[in-house]
Amino acid sequence: MAWDWQFFCNSTITTEATASCFGKGGDITYLQWMLSAWGWTVSVAALALVIALLSGVAIGVLRTLASRWKLVAMMWVELFRNIPLLVQVFIWYHVVPAFIPALQALSSFLLASIALGLFTSARIAEQVRSGIQALPRGQSQAASALGLSLVQSYRYVILPQSLRIILPALTSEVMNVVKNSSVAFAVSVTELTLFAMQAQEETARGMEIYLAVTMLYVITALTLNRIMAWIESMTQLPGVIGVKA
Amino acid sequence: MAYPVALILEEKAVRVVINQYFFNQGCKIMKALPLCMRTIALAGICLISGITQADTLQKITESGAITLGYRESSIPFSYLAEPGKPSGFGVDIANKIVEAVRKKTGKKDIKVVFQAVTSQNRLPLVANGTVDLECGSTTNNATRAKEVSFAVNYFFAESRLLVKKSAQIKRLGDLSNKTVATTTGTTSFTQLRKLSLEKNLNLSVVPAKDHADGFLLLESGRAQAFMMDDVLLAGLVMNAKNPAEYEIVGEPLQTEAYACVLRKDDAAFKVLVDETLIGLMKSGEFEKLYKKWFESAIPPNGKNLALPMSQRLKENLKSPSDQPAS
Repeated sequence: MAWDWQFFCNSTITTEATASCFGKGGDITYLQWMLSAWGWTVSVAALALVIALLSGVAIGVLRTLASRWKLVAMMWVELFRNIPLLVQVFIWYHVVPAFIPALQALSSFLLASIALGLFTSARIAEQVRSGIQALPRGQSQAASALGLSLVQSYRYVILPQSLRIILPALTSEVMNVVKNSSVAFAVSVTELTLFAMQAQEETARGMEIYLAVTMLYVITALTLNRIMAWIESMTQLPGVIGVKA
Repeated sequence: MAYPVALILEEKAVRVVINQYFFNQGCKIMKALPLCMRTIALAGICLISGITQADTLQKITESGAITLGYRESSIPFSYLAEPGKPSGFGVDIANKIVEAVRKKTGKKDIKVVFQAVTSQNRLPLVANGTVDLECGSTTNNATRAKEVSFAVNYFFAESRLLVKKSAQIKRLGDLSNKTVATTTGTTSFTQLRKLSLEKNLNLSVVPAKDHADGFLLLESGRAQAFMMDDVLLAGLVMNAKNPAEYEIVGEPLQTEAYACVLRKDDAAFKVLVDETLIGLMKSGEFEKLYKKWFESAIPPNGKNLALPMSQRLKENLKSPSDQPAS
């Protein structure tokens, strides 16, 4: 089959070629549409990541405490990891706003990001817990022997070590958020997957569109991968696991 | 034929053995034939299984059967009202055509074989000879006319707006600065963007995952209107919790013609199909069939689509055409 990449410079209104690859006003080209869709994918992933990291670390820490919070954290993890992501997105978009009217004002972008963020938080929480439990018990015992409070011992002794341990696993999770952001299409966020589905119908150039969209996903995920690798090398400590000899 | 006893215990295994036996027998028969006859037999198998036979009427006469393609859930055109029983507007029309074929060929005992088709395989199956005639919800357009032939148009699907009656929206112009849903992967999406820009409406277009999702967006108030083909909208309203709440409004924003599909370059069969359809249209029988499927209670749950005949279809009854709508 013959490749045709020229249609990316066509107008999305008239489907005819434009003088430059960038139209003006509302008359945008498929290239512009794809770039804006990429923006939505990155936005959903970024917001979800912030939610996932903050709540994931908090819940992971709670899971290692000897208090009733442990039970709450366990329920959180089991709730968000036992329901398929797509179902969770639908629940946040269609079901939850029916009970909490204030949420009706939120855009589908926000609700999809919340759904993806909480889904990922359960997975991150488990990684944080395994990182904490991988440390010898002597670490927390030594911290309290030094007179550190519980908060202080987590802040200065336990978390700095355990977060370093889980960085490789966290890298996968961060990249997963980018790829999982494609479920946002189901609630009408015009991100890359939705763009691909609609544009290939309009232009009949499915192969080119899916290839281009795949490349954008790869670029995004790989960029995050490199950033995480950089963080890993910047935070490594001598004499601790994960350090290259 | 002595099978080991253990094999007989397992039904599946028995089937394998039996299949193997008949396969071997078939091979033995093939081997017994002289080379030239084997070639002819192979050619015959190829002919049955894939190569197009242009003369449909001759094929029907020789095989004594006509294969009709049907859709499983294209309400009310062609669908399974109960398991194994295709029914609908298109199925009724196809049966009228079968009657005409029986009369034309003089064979009263021509059997009707129903073959399920999907929107992906319907055209290839007609083109390769598996299905002789498909009357469903297939859009007649120029691209497809390169592969298959279309009979006289028998329905016009018009893109219109589904709104809540309480919203007081009567036409597209009433929607400026409002949110309109449409289904991802349809031409309605393109059309909506174009209209929004041309008429300076500043619409916010929400692409729904599928038709049911589009309706849900309207129902939950996330969109003020849902633009889609009128017949699909009527189907969604028919199955809604409260059908009286909704109405289909506005001028047609886009029109597509539906027609029966048959093989290309088969003039004799096309003439027969077209003459039958035109005959139904002239005699008023077509209108009766339309009323039966679009304006009365239909199986399986006795609901009414309540979709009156469009102006475009009325015109088509007076001067039938087999050309695409736009």
